[in-house]
Parts: sequence; structure tokens; C-alpha cells
Amino acid sequence: MSTTTLRRTVSTIRDYILMVVAALIMFAPIYYLLVGSLKPSAHVLDGFAGFLPTNLSFDNYVGVFHSLSSDATGYFWRFLFNSFAISAVVVIAGLVVNSMAGYAFARLEWVGRDKVFLLIVLLVIVPFESVAIPLMSLMQGQRDTLLVQMIPFIANAFSVFLFYTFFLNLPKSIEEAARIDGLGSWGTYVRIVVPNAKPVFATVAILTFLSSWGQYLWPSLVTSDPSARPLPLEMSVFSAQVPPDWGQVFAFGTLLVLPVLIVFLIFQRYFVQSVAGSAVKG
Amino acid sequence: MASPVSTPMRTLIIARAPRRRRWRDTRDGVLMSLPAILGLVAFVAVPFIAAIVLSLYNVQVDQARAPKFWGLTNYARLFTDPVVSASFLRSLVNNFVFAIVVIPVQTGLALLLAVLLNRKLKGVRFFRTFFFMPVVFPMALVAVIWRLILDRSPSGLLNSAVGFVTGGSVPAHDWLGSAATALGSVILLSIWQGVGFQMVILLAALQEIPEERYEAARLDRANGWQQFVNVTAPGIRNTLIFVVLLTTILAFRVYDQVFILIRTAGANEGATQTLLYNATQAIYSENNLGRASSISVVLFLIIVIITLIQRRVLRQRSEG
Repeated sequence: MSTTTLRRTVSTIRDYILMVVAALIMFAPIYYLLVGSLKPSAHVLDGFAGFLPTNLSFDNYVGVFHSLSSDATGYFWRFLFNSFAISAVVVIAGLVVNSMAGYAFARLEWVGRDKVFLLIVLLVIVPFESVAIPLMSLMQGQRDTLLVQMIPFIANAFSVFLFYTFFLNLPKSIEEAARIDGLGSWGTYVRIVVPNAKPVFATVAILTFLSSWGQYLWPSLVTSDPSARPLPLEMSVFSAQVPPDWGQVFAFGTLLVLPVLIVFLIFQRYFVQSVAGSAVKG
Repeated sequence: MASPVSTPMRTLIIARAPRRRRWRDTRDGVLMSLPAILGLVAFVAVPFIAAIVLSLYNVQVDQARAPKFWGLTNYARLFTDPVVSASFLRSLVNNFVFAIVVIPVQTGLALLLAVLLNRKLKGVRFFRTFFFMPVVFPMALVAVIWRLILDRSPSGLLNSAVGFVTGGSVPAHDWLGSAATALGSVILLSIWQGVGFQMVILLAALQEIPEERYEAARLDRANGWQQFVNVTAPGIRNTLIFVVLLTTILAFRVYDQVFILIRTAGANEGATQTLLYNATQAIYSENNLGRASSISVVLFLIIVIITLIQRRVLRQRSEG
């Protein structure tokens, strides 16, 4: 008996050590970013000393706003606004458009439904990366606009699929009652289905926001003017200036990740559930 | 409540209700799914067809020169014309190496972390936060943080660490610039960013395994490893296959970090370029839309083939 307890204690200690080591490795680059953003630029790329929190100040953050404040470099506020506007439109419009489609496929019986749904399922396989370049050539007229960075991502086959599977598993009885009371498809969808489907709305919102906020390939293909550039694209432009100002680059990076990081820390449980949920159903 | 409609009329309405409902359903169903269908047709199906058509032409983005039908010339050149095929085949190999290394390493690490978290020790949620955190980091930022960690000067973090461990006997190494370590470096930072994603998926699968199975195994005096092999592994088999599929597909879509590291951090182009990088290069440096489209089609075919193979494996296993 005592050997079992001993063995369990040993394995618990071993597991804690493993977890602490793993957490340190995972957090080290993030810590490096945060501390570097608060240090004088010359002390960021400085061996282990780059890890030491010395001479901390917000000078680099002020510096980012000063460095990015002309038409030639673009304006920091503009990059931030572009990213927020693109993500907000893609997430909100995506929730409306894809949930309606999911409902139509899961609950309404209409001519041609199954064939159209098969098409959607097939489109899930097509990775955006493999259509990005031809799509860019088709949308040359819309270069350097925010619109071109939004509309291709609103309708999303995978989101439709997530909504579809969730709606399929909702108990049908409430909806039937509502429809007998004279509520049409639209009324049933808005008043009965949507309020009962908060988890899937949260999942799709989080997954869409995450991929939209970090988008790099598409904006790099369709923008050349700084005024249309979102934050991740400017991240690589800003880090490539000569000579590099690492303190400011890290301050910029912190500002880029901060909105997602805050949302993540607040809604952590939903983030984790979303990612797990997206897989189990897939 | 008295109905204004006479009895025969009511019977008629009730009899016609299903048909009318079907008509309404068709109208509403089409209207409700139309925005999504239009979007998917315009931004997935049409460009997909365009990719195939454009890959058969010698064509530029702005069409300054008139497009010329080329048949399968673009594809033939990818594989046989030495000028084009050297970098294309290298990209193909890099993508496969990336996949072959990342799939076992990342899935293995993700599984290890998930098993640790699943032991339900005190404070696991705290640790889960740290393991998952890099997932929310945009790849553009990950590339920039890691280029400083991997910097070739002796003040790079990794070089300092190596120097510290070896007492300064090993000189500073150019991790991203050297052909030997460039792809490994890209793999390292990609795993750092992505492992939390797989971990969370596997953790969800581990939590679905009923506790009674572990109790039964313990009654049979199975040790920790035997429990893992006989209870845990079969319990998460399908999820594991799914994770491998997902990781494979993601490995072929790698682009952001490769492009940024080559363009801004002096990463070794030959050693790190991927198919997608090869495709955008055809646009950026040669304005060759036809070849870029043919590379896109090849990328698509690879992903579809992997998906089909793994679907089959998944089906066979779950039947067995």
C-alpha cells in the first residue's frame, strides 16, 4: 500500500516537473517579446541579457506611433483600424450568412437541398491557399481596398458545416411547436434556433476571428499601399527596416497580439472548447 | 375560438398544408442559403476553376501580353525544365520533409502535454493556458520573435544558450541562413506555435474515455504504460488519425513564416521554400500567372489525395 502511494507521489512530482519545463519553454518566446518591447532597443538582441527586465519604459510604444505617422510609412492607427474593420465584418457577416445556410440545410426541406449540400461538403476540402492566386488575378480591380480583404472570407464552407451539425442535434420539438403557432422559417430561426445555439456561434466567432486577425498571404497578394495594409502584413514590413529597431518591432508585435491575447485570456474556456469542438465534428 | 372558415374549407386547407409548407420551405431555404452559396461559388468554386484554366495558359496577372494557350506545358516545365523544376521540386521535397518531421514530433508532443493535463492534478488549467497561448499568435509575429531567438550573431538567444552550455567552445551558428539548419529552425517555430492546437483536440478525446475502463485495467494490475497502450491509445485512435490528417494538410499550406524569414531574415531560400512560396515567387518575380496557377493545382491535388487516403484509413480502422 505504501509503495503505491510512494509511486503515485513520485509520478505526480515527475509530471509537475514536466509541466513546469514545458510551460517555461512555451512561455519563453512570449516573455522575450513582452520584456523586449519595454527595453531600450540596443538591449533586446543581447544574449541572455535580453531576458533581464532592466531599464523598462514605454518609449518603444511611443516610438512605434512616431515611426508610423506619415503617408510613406503608413499610420499605426490605420493598420489597427484596418485589422479591426476586416475582422469585425468577416466575423459578424460570417455568423449571419453561414448560420442561415446551416439552418436551411439542417431543418428546411427544399428542392435540390441535398445536391447543394454535397457541393458545400466538397468545398470544405479546397484550401484557400490553392485558390488565392487565381482569385487575386480575378480581383485586380479591387486592389488596395478593405472590401477585397473581407468578402472572400464571409461565406465559409466549414462554418456552414459546423452550424449544420449543431442545428441537426437541436431537439426538434420546440421548433415544431413554434411553427405550429404560425412562426415561419425566418421567425423560427431568429427567435428559437439562434437563442438556443450560443455555443456554436461562439465557436465559429472565435475560429473566424483567430484566422482573420492573423491573415497574411491574402493581404500580401492584394495590397501594396500602406493605407490598406492590416497589422500582420505591416509586422513583416516594419521588422525589415534598416537598421532594425528591435525594441519598437517588439512593441509593435505586442500591440498586434494584445487584442487576441486579451480575448483569449477572458474567454479561454470557449477558445479551448472551440478548437476541440471543431475537430470532434469534422 | 370560432373559426370564420367553414368546415369543408378547413379540411381543404389542412390537406393542402404540407404542400404549401414545402413550397415555403423551398423559398426560405433557397433565400437563407443563397448568400453563403453565392459567396462560396464566387470565392472558392470560380477561382478554383480559374486555377485550372489559367494553368493551361501562358498568362500574366495584368495580361500585358495576350494569354496564349499552352496545354500542359506549365505542368511539364514544373517537373522537367531545369530552370523551373529545380526550385519547384526542392519546394515539394521541403514540404514533404516538413510534414514527415512535424507529424510525429508535433503530434507526439501534443499527446504528451494532453496526457499530462488529463491527470487532473491541481493547477492544470494554469498550465493549459501556457501550452495553448502560442496558438493565438499570428504567424507573422511568431516569425519575427524567432528570428531574434535564432539570430546568427553571438547575441542571438539560441547562440548564447549554446555558448553557455559548451563554455564558448562552439562558435555562433547561422541557424536560419545555413542550409543544414534552416528548415529545422522553421519546423521548430512552427511546432511551438501549433502544438497547443493539437493538444486541445487530443485532450478533448482523452476526456471522453470512461474512467471505468482505467479502473478495470488497474484491477487487472496493468501499469501506467500498459494502461496507455490498452485503454488510452484505442480510445483516441480516431482523433489521433484526424490530428495526423490535419497536421499533414497544414504542413502543405505552410507559407507565412517561410516567406517572412526568407525575405526579411536571411533564411536559406533553397532549404526552406515551400510550394506556396514557389507559387507566389512565380507572381512576384516573373509575373507568371500560368505557372503560379499550375503550382496551386498541384498543391490542391496533394491535399485531396492525402485527405482521401486518410479518410480510407479512418473508415477501415473504425470498422475493424
